[in-house]
Amino acid sequence: MPELTYLQAISDGLRTEMRRDKRVFLIGEDVGVYGGAFKVSLGFQEEFGPWRVIDAPLAETAIVGGCTGAAIMGLRPVAEMQFADFISCGWDQLVTVAAKQRWRAGTPVPMVVRLPSGGGFSGGPFHSQNPESSFAHIPGLKCVCPATPEDAKGLLISAIEDPSPVLYFEHKHLYRRIKGEVPEERYTTPLGKARIHREGSDVSVITWGAMVYTADEAAQQLDSDGVSVEILDLRTVMPWDKAAVLESVRKTSKVLVLHEDTRTGGFGGEIAATIAEEAFEDLDAPVKRLAAPDTPVPFSPTLEKAFIPQVDDVVAGLRELAEY
Amino acid sequence: MAIAREAGPVGSIHEVREAGLDREDLLGVYRAMLVTRGVEERGHILYRQGKIPGSFYTGRGNEGASVGVATAMGPDDVGTPLHRDMGVHIVRGVEPWRIFAQYMGRQDGPTHGRDGNVHMADSQLGLIAMVSHLPAMLPVATGCALAFRIREEARVAVGWFGEGASARGDTHESMTLAGTRTLPVVYICDNNQWAYSTPTHLEFATEHVADRAQAYGFEGVVVDGTDVLAVYREAKRAIEKARAGGGPTLIECLTLRMEGHAVHDDAFYVPKPMFEQWAESDPIERFRTWLRDNAGLTDEEENEIAAGVKKLLNDSLQRAEESPQPDPADLTKGVFASPEDLDTPHHK
Repeated sequence: MPELTYLQAISDGLRTEMRRDKRVFLIGEDVGVYGGAFKVSLGFQEEFGPWRVIDAPLAETAIVGGCTGAAIMGLRPVAEMQFADFISCGWDQLVTVAAKQRWRAGTPVPMVVRLPSGGGFSGGPFHSQNPESSFAHIPGLKCVCPATPEDAKGLLISAIEDPSPVLYFEHKHLYRRIKGEVPEERYTTPLGKARIHREGSDVSVITWGAMVYTADEAAQQLDSDGVSVEILDLRTVMPWDKAAVLESVRKTSKVLVLHEDTRTGGFGGEIAATIAEEAFEDLDAPVKRLAAPDTPVPFSPTLEKAFIPQVDDVVAGLRELAEY
Repeated sequence: MAIAREAGPVGSIHEVREAGLDREDLLGVYRAMLVTRGVEERGHILYRQGKIPGSFYTGRGNEGASVGVATAMGPDDVGTPLHRDMGVHIVRGVEPWRIFAQYMGRQDGPTHGRDGNVHMADSQLGLIAMVSHLPAMLPVATGCALAFRIREEARVAVGWFGEGASARGDTHESMTLAGTRTLPVVYICDNNQWAYSTPTHLEFATEHVADRAQAYGFEGVVVDGTDVLAVYREAKRAIEKARAGGGPTLIECLTLRMEGHAVHDDAFYVPKPMFEQWAESDPIERFRTWLRDNAGLTDEEENEIAAGVKKLLNDSLQRAEESPQPDPADLTKGVFASPEDLDTPHHK
């Protein structure tokens, strides 16, 4: 099995679907000749031509709305936001039109919006956000947040196949940092099915995206304390795998919910509330949340380190739970 | 100074025939205009009877513009009509009883009570349901045209917006994308001169909205929206040009919104002489006169059409009133699409 970076796995998934299904096309700013700001679609325009790899004007409303129309007409559009942050300019098309069209008018909108998200490299307030919680709150949108190269490919293919609008959050800090074995053939990874990243018996970490790796490093440190940490990678926050979360809670009785997005109104709150409602009797400690503080994402490395949950923060949280 | 082409009226029946309508078609256009107004007049009655929840919007004065454009569309073309464009639904074949059911939030309305008033569309008839945010459907119409271009289909998308919505970025972004890619889309601006209470000079600073088309690299046309035949001729020309690969056109149909923004609004801010002046060019009366003068419309034919429309509306109302209320147990169904939803002609 070839080893691919997370970024290569996304390219591989997209290329696989574009080769298999003529209805799939990519549209975004600089995705053609330039291959995308992060080079996910490098070489795609040569292979698929300028009408399947479309360089759009700097117009997110037209890109997202255009994908909505094309999807209703039977194509399978994949839009690339240059940065997830710029989806704010396409919010109305996504939330007002695409998300509600199936429910209110019976018209499915099978489209994918790829959103390079996340911080860790001084991108500042407008190139680092993790807006998945905002969209998970919107009925009708699915939110996918792969952590591994294998999932990056399988989840992208599932997202393109899905009959609903899917937001695919690809974490920029994983692009070239994370490598893994990725099957060459086409496969799908189901939406709404969590993955046990690490088996453990004393404390559960519920997380997704880049935080899976932060949690993993922390778990290794706790190994030496004799604390066994389970890490559940949700993979998708809408739909989210409630059953897997509750199963892990019942197994360990102690839970840390961890995400890179800000705390208040973050999706971790929904998970914590669900655990409180449905697994209260199984808990041996209060559910703990660890997330970014309620500020915009800062630019300076010192500040950004204080913003994004770090390994030490997770270690401290896990120890606190273990000792409770 | 106007940049857009200012289209003149249609003269003879010969000119109309050249544009593709025979006498039978013309009577059909007249009938569609009557049904359009009739549906909205009956809607008013339903509203006063307390049978329509929420508010109620009509397109009185816009019947010529909406019917004219829809008549020019081909069977495989698609469109995103708005709340002043009932005529588009009628011409495409939406049955009035389903519209009444929609008004009343009943199960048999196209949205099954999930959305109200004209927020509806039958996708089988090539229409896409509007949202309240205007002109949010323009990027969607543009995307339909993009799909046609990618698949190299000889189909055209028609996107509607109002002169008020011309102020929003969606309009600019759509026309930029369509212009740069020469997409087969026709933009129809229903300029009814009032965006709720805001007059045109506070919405755009050019003489016409259509003047902007040149800036996007395509033609702009201004047409008298109360002249159904002139609207038809210009729409037909633009649609066939788009179909042939000639790219977009922006057509501005000039009308007056003859009622308030919605039923609660008495439009006190519209000068009375303006209403009086525009009442003289009522699109239905104008076309009726034209038909009598140019196509030999007889009293007998007129009465027969009027009686047919009346019966249709009466029967439709009765059928809609028999439609059940939607079942609250279904509320949470269909938030996400299922693979079976893709089993439509568009997704084959």
